[in-house]
Amino acid sequence: MTGKSRSCFFLNRRQSTLLFLLVSLVILAGITVAGVLLEEQAAVTDFTRTNLAPGRAFWFGTDWMGRDMFIRTIAGLSLSIRIGVLTAAVSAAAALVLGTAAATLGRRADSVISWCIDLVMGIPHILLVMLISIACGRGFAGVVAGVSLSHWPSLARVIRGEVLQLRNTPYILVAEKLGVSKLQIAGRHMLPHLFPQFLTGLILLFPHAILHEASVTFLGFGLSSEQPAIGVILSESMQYLTTGRWWLALFPGLSLVLVVGLFALLGERVRYLLDPSSVHE
Amino acid sequence: MKHRLQFAAKKILRMALLLLGVSVVTFLLMSASPLDPLQTNVGQVALGTMSQEQVEHLEAYWGVDTPPLERYAGWLTDLLHGDMGTSLLYRQPVTTVIWQRLSSSLLLLLTAWILSGVLGLLMGMAAGACRGRWPDKLIRGWCLLISSTPAFWLAILLLLVFSVWLGWLPVGLSVPVGMESGMVSVADRLQHAILPALTLSITGVANMALHTREKMIDVLESDYVLFAKARGESMKSVVWRHGLRGVALPAITLQAGSVSEIIGGSVLVEQVFSYPGLGQAAVTAGLGSDLPLLMSITLITSAMVFGGNLAADLLYGVVDPKIRRRAAK
Amino acid sequence: MEKEKNRETILDIRHVSIYFTRYERGIRRRKLPVIRDLDLRVHPGEVVAVVGASGSGKSLLAHGILGILPYNSRMEGEMFYRGEPLTKERAEKLRGRQIALIPQGVTYLDPLMKVGEQLCRGRKDEETVRRCREVLDRYGLGPETEGLYPFELSGGMARRVLIASAVMDKPDLIIADEPTPGLDVGAARRILGHFRELARGGAGVLFITHDLGLALTIADRVAVFYAGETIEEALAADFEDPERLRHPFTKALFRAMPVHGFAPIQGSQPYPGTVSSGCPFAGQCQACQEACVSTEHIPVRQIRGGLVRCLYPEEGNV
Repeated sequence: MTGKSRSCFFLNRRQSTLLFLLVSLVILAGITVAGVLLEEQAAVTDFTRTNLAPGRAFWFGTDWMGRDMFIRTIAGLSLSIRIGVLTAAVSAAAALVLGTAAATLGRRADSVISWCIDLVMGIPHILLVMLISIACGRGFAGVVAGVSLSHWPSLARVIRGEVLQLRNTPYILVAEKLGVSKLQIAGRHMLPHLFPQFLTGLILLFPHAILHEASVTFLGFGLSSEQPAIGVILSESMQYLTTGRWWLALFPGLSLVLVVGLFALLGERVRYLLDPSSVHE
Repeated sequence: MKHRLQFAAKKILRMALLLLGVSVVTFLLMSASPLDPLQTNVGQVALGTMSQEQVEHLEAYWGVDTPPLERYAGWLTDLLHGDMGTSLLYRQPVTTVIWQRLSSSLLLLLTAWILSGVLGLLMGMAAGACRGRWPDKLIRGWCLLISSTPAFWLAILLLLVFSVWLGWLPVGLSVPVGMESGMVSVADRLQHAILPALTLSITGVANMALHTREKMIDVLESDYVLFAKARGESMKSVVWRHGLRGVALPAITLQAGSVSEIIGGSVLVEQVFSYPGLGQAAVTAGLGSDLPLLMSITLITSAMVFGGNLAADLLYGVVDPKIRRRAAK
Repeated sequence: MEKEKNRETILDIRHVSIYFTRYERGIRRRKLPVIRDLDLRVHPGEVVAVVGASGSGKSLLAHGILGILPYNSRMEGEMFYRGEPLTKERAEKLRGRQIALIPQGVTYLDPLMKVGEQLCRGRKDEETVRRCREVLDRYGLGPETEGLYPFELSGGMARRVLIASAVMDKPDLIIADEPTPGLDVGAARRILGHFRELARGGAGVLFITHDLGLALTIADRVAVFYAGETIEEALAADFEDPERLRHPFTKALFRAMPVHGFAPIQGSQPYPGTVSSGCPFAGQCQACQEACVSTEHIPVRQIRGGLVRCLYPEEGNV
């Protein structure tokens, strides 16, 4: 055991990257589970302890209804992560399907899908999420639909480019000439190349998805005010800023930044690990 | 030259088609909404107390009784005549509302757009040139932090620090309360625009900086920079003569692409600072199901995004020597 | 006497090694020697050719002399320029002025900058502009060349532009790194003629190439590179008779030349860094003995006025 921990001090960049991946995954999973378990407790009001500044008993303070802001924040983060994972997964799947379809189904499909990508990217992101959320009647369904349906274009474009490039590489062309079936080419020759791009794209979608969920909820188009979402917490805190209750805005926001940052770092590190040119560093 | 004009015409046609698509999508989304504009704006209780006639009148006003296709066709024909309809919430012509809002937003958007672009470019160049050393780590860390920060929270934070604690800048509104908008001095307007513009500029930096850094590293690892160094050019000369040149072309595309981000950010930031701009109007229109206003705002902002991309495409042709020389032939 | 000799040599390279670090199989880090224990001297008025297969680390030698190695590499050993140590700082001052590089091709020109601007290195004074025009003229390039972008140059023009930009400041040491690939024999000869001319003017020329035949047309001395090591340094005249050559690889190389029978060399050269001890040529050598593999470091020996890194140079003529 001691030998193992001692060797930690001499980790090279790749080993420390792997360690970082593991630790951050554990942290994120921990927050998610804790938030689910604490959801009931986050809504508990107690008017004997309203508006307390952060202290030993309540790390993040309490609000005007005496709710523990720390527990509310954890519950909110958990909700954000769950929505983020769900929407990013849907977006990435859509991107994979549409990107591959654009690159393989002929010119007409390509121009239709490319046109759709341009269209979706032409509407400012927040506005599009707002519009889709309105179409779904706002709330949980609205925000999930809004974020999932607006985040696929950039990744779809990357995948389309990648598949187009792969299709014209000599070894794929040779495989085609040799009569290898399309399914086999896709599975054995294209997927291994696409996978790193797709995985990093997927992980880097999380931060965007989480931030847009919080933003849209903050504006009032997302989760309803009964839910302990970070967007709701921050939107409520706006009313108490001028009266000096800074902790209502500071800590929940900061925690969100940390979680999103962790996801972003995760994506960057995974990209580093999967990047063949990083062997030289 | 003819080639260039053809290229521009093609791009403009495509842009017009995309804008038509945007309007269709926006309209479909809005009319698919299960939210009843009467209930959200007038209220369930008030509706209950109204007579059938009054309710019908309201329904006609909010356009609930008109079939969607007819409504869209009507809206489109009006638009082609230069009429964007009447805002249901503001009870003013949409063109008037948009013009007012846009004129106050434009200051914000332009400042933030230019500032974040230039700052991002410089930061990216510095990080790329100092690859692996502390300025690079600092800038990369900063960009990571900024891109993980929701724009509205940063706005709240700045509001807390500069307006509530330090009291240097006003809390909100681009116009002091109770003053006629015509009476507001330029200084007042500027004072109210500082924090929103600052927030937007800060959040817009990350993308440009990180992409420019990558490109800068590519340039510095290129054969031609190796040769420039071998010929005795200093690092400074390499960065400014070769680096800037190599980084400039992708930066044009990036800067055009950031229009959408800046507008999106302005929606949030204007909401926090209660800055009466286009973004705030969009939120109000969205919450109040003001279809004509929201459609026009979406259309205008999309036109700005597409316009930015078009400008970048055309500018590219002027700046890139390969395209320029080919066009000259 | 020793001092006198030092002043004569322009470039003196002693026991230089260049390493790369890289990752292997996921997470293991490794130091990879690309050039090992290199010795080389260049005198005024002399053309020294360094001949080795592609990928044998020849280009890194040029970059090492100029102090522009990539960030993930390290150099050990000593270098002297005109008798004084050639440190990184000194190289930075000398390069472009006294030491010039002639690179391989058009990718070494900034694709977004006009030729004239690149030649002038940002200086716009009359003297620089005049010299720029002069040097272009010397290589048969008209003044209109200044206004062209690299993508508008033909292969031969690009090569002449590169030479022009290297010699604009009349350097004493010229390092030409594979300057002729893709050119036909006539054009290559013409380019090489320019090098001879520069040497006649008193400069030392280090000519790095993979083409032994081409090297012999202009070089005074030839250093043969094998798997990151110099295995022989011979006079160009030695190549007239294979019996005068010292190392089995050089002899094999000689026989592989089209004019000497085109005999292929069996096996392939090991990648740099894969041979940790013994003679790197052992796997391909027909005269290989047990000691060739077991001796950890094979020293350089002086024989018949040349240098050789071989334990049994006399027996090498199988």
